[in-house]
Amino acid sequence: MKDVYIISDNIITSLGFSTAENMQRMMAGETGIRQWEDQALCPVPFWASRVDDELLKEKFSVYANPGDFSRFEQIVICSVMDTLSNTSLNVSDEKTLLILSTTKGNIDLLNKPADHSNAEKSVYLWQTAAKLQHFLNLVHTPMIVSNACISGLMAVIIGARLIRAGKYEKVIVTGADLVTEFVLSGFNSFLSLSSGPCKPFDKNRQGLSLGEGAGTLILTSEQPSPELVAPIHVGYGFSTNDANHISGPSRTGEGLYLAIRKTLEKNMTRVDYISAHGTATPFNDEMESVALTRASLQDIPVNSYKGYWGHTLGAAGVIESIAGCYSLAGNQLIRTLGYTEPGTTHPLAIIDNNRNATLNSCLKIASGFGGCNAALLLYK
Amino acid sequence: MEEKYFISDYCMIRNNRIILNGEVLYTGNESLQGELLTAAYRHFNISYAKFFKMDNLCKLGFLASELLLRGKNMNETGPGDEVGILLSNAGSSIDTDRNHQKSISNRNEYFPSPSVFVYTLANIVIGEICIRHKLYGESLFLIEKEFNAGRLYEQVKQWLDEEIVRSCITGWVEMNGNHYDSVMYFIQKSTDLQDGIAIFDPEKLTDIYLQRN
Amino acid sequence: MEALIAKLKNEIIDVLNLTEMTPESIDENEPLFVEGLGLDSIDALELIVLLERNYGLKLVTAEEGKTVLKSVKTMAEYIRKNNKG
Repeated sequence: MKDVYIISDNIITSLGFSTAENMQRMMAGETGIRQWEDQALCPVPFWASRVDDELLKEKFSVYANPGDFSRFEQIVICSVMDTLSNTSLNVSDEKTLLILSTTKGNIDLLNKPADHSNAEKSVYLWQTAAKLQHFLNLVHTPMIVSNACISGLMAVIIGARLIRAGKYEKVIVTGADLVTEFVLSGFNSFLSLSSGPCKPFDKNRQGLSLGEGAGTLILTSEQPSPELVAPIHVGYGFSTNDANHISGPSRTGEGLYLAIRKTLEKNMTRVDYISAHGTATPFNDEMESVALTRASLQDIPVNSYKGYWGHTLGAAGVIESIAGCYSLAGNQLIRTLGYTEPGTTHPLAIIDNNRNATLNSCLKIASGFGGCNAALLLYK
Repeated sequence: MEEKYFISDYCMIRNNRIILNGEVLYTGNESLQGELLTAAYRHFNISYAKFFKMDNLCKLGFLASELLLRGKNMNETGPGDEVGILLSNAGSSIDTDRNHQKSISNRNEYFPSPSVFVYTLANIVIGEICIRHKLYGESLFLIEKEFNAGRLYEQVKQWLDEEIVRSCITGWVEMNGNHYDSVMYFIQKSTDLQDGIAIFDPEKLTDIYLQRN
Repeated sequence: MEALIAKLKNEIIDVLNLTEMTPESIDENEPLFVEGLGLDSIDALELIVLLERNYGLKLVTAEEGKTVLKSVKTMAEYIRKNNKG
């Protein structure tokens, strides 16, 4: 079986339009979550991390006319194009596959009147993917993973599996989601939004902050050139189900524990650092502490990035994996913004300040509605 | 020699009929809007109160899997011995998406419902099936323009080859207004049975889907 | 109070899709959660929406929710106390 390498990546969030800018601002302790008053999105003020609209249009107009592409499509294309610009890859061949991860895609078009011809038609994710395929001149129909909040991580896991098995030589994994009225109202009805930037694993956490953005990474079986700093390998990963409840996580962390166990057993390697899901809801973070403790990982440094980016849904698994790679490459642990006091029944080694450490491997985990969980190992 | 896998069973819910392995088990007169699905639920004497909380997409997937898995031993003994699920459709959860959108479109009557919102994710149908049958293993929901046997085959075969799962439920579950369609397959290794319905390959999946004999 | 309790039972069956239950089968004193009717977390959130939509009462904290939503009786008492039913 072949090795799988990440050779290029991009992150677009409120904290910038490149991985470098995002990581720099995170290291400086900046959060992208702020309060918004926007009646079009929510009848009451809300806290979220949003991508600058004008900046997005400006960046996108380098590639095409913003009027011809939805906001979601603009973010995805900007992210993919930036990622590709750092390589000399030809992606218009049979050996390349694009995997798109998103929970709701163009859902903000659902309530648009028909001034946009067939606005509802564009809500279909396969149509969005077809547009991307055409724009990027890809041979194969993109794979579209829509599996709640583990979509992004699943896309990376699947991409790596396909490369490892020799099915494709290059896989572009891209994940994105927007902050929309549709999703805000839904999480509001769950009373799970935080009034203030979210506090992952903290004693006083009250809920999540939504975030929007896109993340892209390119997987190949070809060893990257030596000039590239510390190429990161993608190991084995798995998904599991709690088989318990469609929205509440299992109290025993059943599914996540199984995903972690399978991942550790298959990769046969120690874990130096964990990038948790850490949405800052009372139940999710508690469940993760249970699962990690069951897997004997309670002493491994662990963080959540959601205090910086919010919960970016379909983008989360991708951008947080990229951040994990960045940590590995720079032997750099990044603090869990929003965390001050331990708040789970099982204590964890929450990273509460930026510091250096010798890091060879990162376990990335995620959980989502529908009882789904996923885990993946990234290593040097 | 490469391991062979088989389609051991399939269940199709289409045009008011429920068909299992080619045999029509139920013919309904009801139009959609949940009445056909509820009538079928009662017809098959299923007792599962959670059914009534599901949206139409989940009711459809639940019913197809219920009949597909009847009489099967789903007991998972541990990691690698699980039954995987890979389902797909074109509309995602569009049916329920519209309902949620309706509930928020009038600011004077603004009452988004959590029990509606939770179903605005297509993978919830997988969650419902896992809860019902205690399935803890690998699962995935994919969106495709139309039934894509090649994709299902590529993924499921890999799951089986790499022993990520021991057997797998896969197929198509579509619910979009008045249009519904579901074809669900059970894929097993050759050691578990003699022949099954057909060998597991993209052509056979498509033949069954298109009702070509 | 009787009329309010009867009305509530019907509303609960309706919003929670308890299709195979009848108002008669619900005891207004029996616990709604954990034991008794065994409702779950989504049901609790739906009942919160019900109180707001049908009675104009907004529950905000989890604690408030736990007390008010204990049984049909406590829900009715809460509505009555706030003069909405």
